[in-house]
Amino acid sequence: MAKSTGETIWWSLFAAGGVVAALLIPALILTTGLLLPFVDIGAIPNVKSPGFVGLFALAFSVIGKLLLTVAISLPLFHCAHRIVHTSKDLGLHAAHTLIAVLFYGGAIVGTGFAVWVIWLFQPVSS
Amino acid sequence: MPKPYMRKMPATWWLTKRAYFWFMMRELTAVFVGAYCVLLLVLVWKLKQGSPAFGPVMDWLQTPWSIGFHFIALVAALYHALTWFALLPKVIVIRVGEEKLPPILLVGAHWLLWAIVTAGLVWIVFFK
Repeated sequence: MAKSTGETIWWSLFAAGGVVAALLIPALILTTGLLLPFVDIGAIPNVKSPGFVGLFALAFSVIGKLLLTVAISLPLFHCAHRIVHTSKDLGLHAAHTLIAVLFYGGAIVGTGFAVWVIWLFQPVSS
Repeated sequence: MPKPYMRKMPATWWLTKRAYFWFMMRELTAVFVGAYCVLLLVLVWKLKQGSPAFGPVMDWLQTPWSIGFHFIALVAALYHALTWFALLPKVIVIRVGEEKLPPILLVGAHWLLWAIVTAGLVWIVFFK
């Protein structure tokens, strides 16, 4: 049945996203959200901020691009899967299809935008 | 087709037992993980636009709102990692000869990998 094939795909993306969310996301949150803001104002002695140039070079190196693509896209599917299933557990049966379309759709759009930003987008000014 | 029977449940069922509460907290971690990924996407987008576009992003990262969000998101992501790694021995069974690999080794190996990834990223961004 088409439905079970669909479920397998969403579940595989959920599982892959779960691995990335466990292994990679804490490190990224720590680096970008909790260390970078303090390092950037020189609040941590002997640690120099990579600055715009350093961050740009890291993020858009080949490994950086691959890492960011994986780190942004897969957890979006992981997140969507959990929200879609837990909303059912919270009694939102009537809106199930709408919620599924909204969140899985959002993850697809997010992945598309991430791929475009990371691999294709070339700003005219830079 | 007959409609499947659905028992009516109050939406607050998960507050009735400790185990249900922690199940819901685990599910809630996904909301923070998803929100962070969207934020990271915006960050990368602004970074690629160039220095003038990235400046305000860096300023925002230094606000208490941002620090507070990232702190909660880190706690959520760590709880996700804790529950995810703890479930692995139920999904993956590795046999060494006749013996089953003890679950603690599998979970420990993943935390070791986690530590290497985390230390590696911090080193590359700030110390290289």
